[in-house]
Amino acid sequence: MLSFIARRLGLLIPTFFGVTLLTFALIRLIPGDPVEVMMGERRVDPEMHAQAMERLGLNKPLYQQYFDYIGQLASGNLGESLRSRESVWNEFLTLFPATVELALAALLFAGTLGLIAGVVAALKRGTPLDHGVMSIALTGYSMPIFWWGLLLIMFFSVGLGWTPVSGRIDLLYDIPPVTGFMLIDTLLSDEPGAFVDALRHLILPAIVLGTIPLAVIARMTRSAMLEVLREDYIRTARAKGLSPTRVVFVHGLRNALIPVLTVFGLQVGTLLAGAVLTETIFSWPGIGKWLIEAIGARDYPVVQNGILLIACLVILVNFTVDILYGLANPRIRHQK
Amino acid sequence: MSLLNIRNLSVRFGPAMPVVDGLDLSVEQGEVLAIVGESGSGKSVTMMALMGLIDAPGIVQADCLQFDGTDMLRLKGRQRRHIVGKDLAMVFQDPMTALNPSYTVGFQIEEVLQQHLGLKGKAARARALELLERVEIPGAASRLDAYPHQLSGGMSQRVAIAMAIAAEPKLLIADEPTTALDVTIQAQIMELLLDLQRDQGMALVLITHDLAVVAETAQRVCVMYAGQAVELGHVPALFDAPSHPYTEALLKAIPEHSAGASRLATLPGIVPGRYDRPLGCLLSPRCPYVQERCHQQRPALEPHDRGAARCFFPLEVA
Repeated sequence: MLSFIARRLGLLIPTFFGVTLLTFALIRLIPGDPVEVMMGERRVDPEMHAQAMERLGLNKPLYQQYFDYIGQLASGNLGESLRSRESVWNEFLTLFPATVELALAALLFAGTLGLIAGVVAALKRGTPLDHGVMSIALTGYSMPIFWWGLLLIMFFSVGLGWTPVSGRIDLLYDIPPVTGFMLIDTLLSDEPGAFVDALRHLILPAIVLGTIPLAVIARMTRSAMLEVLREDYIRTARAKGLSPTRVVFVHGLRNALIPVLTVFGLQVGTLLAGAVLTETIFSWPGIGKWLIEAIGARDYPVVQNGILLIACLVILVNFTVDILYGLANPRIRHQK
Repeated sequence: MSLLNIRNLSVRFGPAMPVVDGLDLSVEQGEVLAIVGESGSGKSVTMMALMGLIDAPGIVQADCLQFDGTDMLRLKGRQRRHIVGKDLAMVFQDPMTALNPSYTVGFQIEEVLQQHLGLKGKAARARALELLERVEIPGAASRLDAYPHQLSGGMSQRVAIAMAIAAEPKLLIADEPTTALDVTIQAQIMELLLDLQRDQGMALVLITHDLAVVAETAQRVCVMYAGQAVELGHVPALFDAPSHPYTEALLKAIPEHSAGASRLATLPGIVPGRYDRPLGCLLSPRCPYVQERCHQQRPALEPHDRGAARCFFPLEVA
């Protein structure tokens, strides 16, 4: 198991450098530079522009800028935002819990419903129920997030008035940030009704963000389950006289979970990408919205390091999934 | 009364010809019955039907499918699960896939103990260990926590046998229990099964194509062809003087019987498929003794002094 972890860790290093190079290059490929954006509509004085560029170190050759950037990273410095002068790390830490809260809620929604839908579809294979569930899953998978989000807002928020349109909590409440997770913070505060309000704010964004992972998990669970149910050991389990529930969940689902778990890990990337859109639609003050604004302002340090942090997170989650995979599957755990 | 009494069993998948076609079979308490036949002759399906392991779209019909005084076809799922795995157990062909890869050997044995005997925790574990020792697994105590992929094929089959005998069944069905194993291991597993059978006084139904194994182990034989029992008989008699041409052909095809001959005796042709069944006797296209009547009518299983044969012209004792 230890050598398994060590090998996985070794793979992370090239991935890390790949990401730094990619974000560094991509943000510089966008026309315009931070100084131009800051000066806005006013005509840019070339001399002032050159001065500002020099102050930011953006006049050096690109390779020089990249090495400076890597050197800065090596010393553990993520730089500061060109706009707010706040350290990127601090801004990230402040906004990150909001995204995590949203992503976890989405994953919970997608995981629970996806597993149930997948198992049901597999057990009722070929019936209208199976076709229905899988058609809905395909529809969900094909739904553009921004459109789906607006549709839900139109229906539930504007039409029925069940949920708020945007934000994390009503302005009426003054919740001191303790953990950064609104659901926990509202519970810690003495504001009555704040928790329910936070929950109501969370529901729609979580559904929107969780829709694609839900569809993927449902389809994956179904096919994994169908494959597992054909296995000889399922027949053995039935020949032991075990109840169908036990056969399906203890003997079937446990084995079907192995591929589903991988998909879970891969979906974290999708979730964070989806969070960018979802947060923008729902004005959710998280990492996604922060990055979109930073790209608009050509805030190089925020974009580069924000994306780097997210990439590290995705890498870390997949690493954890690999380990969980080993735990779920004894055959992998024991590989030399 | 027989322990197992099957009358006119048919199993069909879809509208095509049945996979098992009007099978009659009985097993007495404590006896070893061998079912032999080519692949696809319906041996396994018959026993799966008895265990209730045939799923839709498969259809199981029988005048009587009685085990230990209970008609298995009339039972609801829950009632059947009180018998299946307890009094009626089965060991399958490929031990490497028959065990669940995600659970330890101990867990999979204890599961049976809990389901049928209500044993839990330490008591279940102690009994599981006894069972592993009973099936002669070396280092049994350390194997309780092993996963199936850490076991060899022979050991996996021993575990599967331990699981099957955990609740001391009255009838154990072994579906080609040695086909997937090395030759040296095959003999050990057969010996173990027979030892257990004598020890526990249970009946054993052995599904096999290995006639040598049948000769050494079984008291009675049922020869199946294309979903039908074509001959029933007691062991030495059937080997010495088969009444059905198919049984004779099977015996001739044993390599030892062809010693000295330049070619191994074979039966030309193949088992009729689901869509090309002959009108008359199912063996008629392949039978060396075929006569006109065989093409027109289908013979029934007729008892004679040494057993029963499904043939209009049973072979005489030589």
